[in-house]
Amino acid sequence: MVSAEQVKQQLAGQEYKHGWVADIEEDIIPRGINEDVIREISRRKEEPEWLLEWRLKSYRYWKEMREPKWANITYGPIDYQGISYFAAPKAKGTGPKEIPPEIKAMYDKLGIPLEEQGLLAGVAVDAVLDSVSVATTFKDKLAELGIIFSSFSEAVKEHPDLVRKWLGFVVPQNDNFFAALNSAVFSDGSFAYIPPGVRCPMELSTYFRINAENTGQFERTLIIADKGSYVSYLEGCTAPMRDEHQLHAAVVELIALDDAELKYSTIQNWYPGDKDGKGGIYNFVTKRGRAVGRNSKISWTQVETGSAITWKYPSVIMEGDNSQGEFYGVAVVNNRQQADTGTKMTHIGKNTRSTIISKGISSGFGQQTYRGAVKILRGATGARNYSQCDSLLIGDKCGAHTFPYIEVMDPSAQMEHEASTSKIGEDQLFYCQQRGITPEDATNMIVNGFCKKVFNNLPMEFAVEAQKLIVVSLNLEGTVG
Amino acid sequence: MAAPMLEIRDVHASVGDKPILKGVDLVANAGEVHAIMGPNGSGKSTLANVLAGRPNFTVTQGQVHYMGRNLLAMKPEDRAREGVFMAFQYPVEIPGVNNAYFLKSALNAMRRYRGEEELDAIEFLSLIEEKLKLLGLDESFTKRGLNEGFSGGEKKRNEIFQLLVLQPKLAILDETDSGLDIDALKIVANGVNMMRSPERTTLLVTHYQRILNYIQPDVVHVLVDGRIVKSGGNELAHELEKHGYAQFEAAAKVA
Ligand SMILES: Nc1ncnc2c1ncn2[C@@H]1O[C@H](COP(=O)(O)OP(=O)(O)OP(=O)(O)O)[C@@H](O)[C@H]1O
Ligand SMILES: [Mg+2]
Repeated sequence: MVSAEQVKQQLAGQEYKHGWVADIEEDIIPRGINEDVIREISRRKEEPEWLLEWRLKSYRYWKEMREPKWANITYGPIDYQGISYFAAPKAKGTGPKEIPPEIKAMYDKLGIPLEEQGLLAGVAVDAVLDSVSVATTFKDKLAELGIIFSSFSEAVKEHPDLVRKWLGFVVPQNDNFFAALNSAVFSDGSFAYIPPGVRCPMELSTYFRINAENTGQFERTLIIADKGSYVSYLEGCTAPMRDEHQLHAAVVELIALDDAELKYSTIQNWYPGDKDGKGGIYNFVTKRGRAVGRNSKISWTQVETGSAITWKYPSVIMEGDNSQGEFYGVAVVNNRQQADTGTKMTHIGKNTRSTIISKGISSGFGQQTYRGAVKILRGATGARNYSQCDSLLIGDKCGAHTFPYIEVMDPSAQMEHEASTSKIGEDQLFYCQQRGITPEDATNMIVNGFCKKVFNNLPMEFAVEAQKLIVVSLNLEGTVG
Repeated sequence: MAAPMLEIRDVHASVGDKPILKGVDLVANAGEVHAIMGPNGSGKSTLANVLAGRPNFTVTQGQVHYMGRNLLAMKPEDRAREGVFMAFQYPVEIPGVNNAYFLKSALNAMRRYRGEEELDAIEFLSLIEEKLKLLGLDESFTKRGLNEGFSGGEKKRNEIFQLLVLQPKLAILDETDSGLDIDALKIVANGVNMMRSPERTTLLVTHYQRILNYIQPDVVHVLVDGRIVKSGGNELAHELEKHGYAQFEAAAKVA
């Protein structure tokens, strides 16, 4: 008889599907960080002087800063001199039609088509391998609408004014330790600009892959939705299985001007480490949006199943009157994974509205913390927030912790907060079994039911992916379809 | 002669360490309806759960045969797939899991097991349409989370809805009549009667003679302190209604 206990035990034997290493020759800057390394990164990327200065300034901030220690996570010291800050595949194509075959093969294996006639026909993809972008699809088609979608490096070359104007607008160089490090050494990432009044006709998407050993990944994404525009953007990520921890410290900046709407979805599947906690990605990410325009809207949706450690709080600052911020998140921790995630909603404009839906699933020895802050500043009259924050526990060795911070300085604010912690109960599993459904399929079903409000916000084809990913990361493969 | 649908022989069972069933004997043939009555805590739900295979309900002695096969050796989900259905006294809620999706998954799991073609969404919807009508349930009922925020009566009706869709061979209904208003009671009784056929058997756990006015049982059993102390026809139910369980409880203590 398969009992809930056995299901729990099975969950411990997690399998990670993207853990292989592709054999691609890479050009790597030797390990360590100092001003010369930063100059070298900038030189290789043929950057303008102002950007080099910006990097150096960031580096000087970083040297004075300390790693934050307030999060509910524990890990050994990170040796910042033991990391290589730049790795680029040697073979180089010059456009999407000339992607080197070994790189194409790697993305094919991941199921990410780099050809425009590929599977995800309605999605434009920018593929970032280690430190550089290797391909961007559908660029020409988007350009006809005035949409700029390219790798960050390319944007620096082709649209320097735009990049210079907005870089650091949302996340200042000295915002926090990891953001400062990223600002100093960021290698590549994606850039998107949607001109006024344009509704982007396809999903824009970036696929990040760490391949090289002992390197960190420090990508930077900048998206600007100009007045009255709309864009939906998706990022996905995977990494090989390695016994050493690898550092990922990204920065994402989103800007929405008047009447613009920007949706940003993440499916994060970095290597989580093995079941004893060996290896895995340390994911320290700063993601923030500024809804500066009137009636603008920024929405974060994220499904986090990977990484040994996740430290991430996608946030929205609502500056424009009637602007909106949303956060929909599912985070799964299994085995020895730790996650300290959540969001921060800052209300500045009048009649601003924010919604937080957070769903945490803990299994194995996984530890999960939800940290959410809602701040309503003086003058943000009529501000409203709705927060719902639920935890689901599978087994009794995992944990879920919730830290909601609320700061209300305007008396007209309306706040609503709901929280729950539940366990997948023996009685729920038995009820399903009594209807002919195996405990594995039942757990799968219960987990999906739990995540539904978040999945509903993902673009359709990714909702299906996300659902599968959760099944895999909890090791619940069954037959219910 | 074919083996009985259900043959319970001297079953002793514990929940955790606590012995609850103390030697239950019961034989039910295909086509029969058996009512099981008894005071609170006498072990009726325990018996139902033992038959369905709930974890932690341990059979310490005795045997159960279902159509001649050793029921106790089967996994709970396989018992269900072989046609054993239990309507729960307290159906659980599973938030976010669509009621119809759940039932379709259950039905298809059973169909797969039997080597039958799975039903697609359209076939399934046409299958449930008439059953919903029969039970006086609105279609919106299927779109809600499984028992999520259902009233007590709605939960019970949902159990009968599942019964009608899954068409089991052995239905164990644990106090499905409790908490129903008189109209709902008739509807539920009607549903159970529809399932009555020479190939099916129903065990009806109840506290009230009332439902037996609508569903005529072939046999009525009285379960007291983990044992069946008396079996008889429908008149036994009337007698219990009048005099309660006192005489049997006294007898059980002596035994
Ligand atoms: N999980 C459990 N742990 C401990 N004792 C239990 C458990 N489940 C049932 N029991 C005990 O077993 C005995 C029989 O319970 P059971 O639910 O079978 O009674 P019942 O005849 O169905 O009663 P009712 O008419 O109230 O539904 C009771 O004393 C009950 O407290
Ligand atoms: Mg009972």
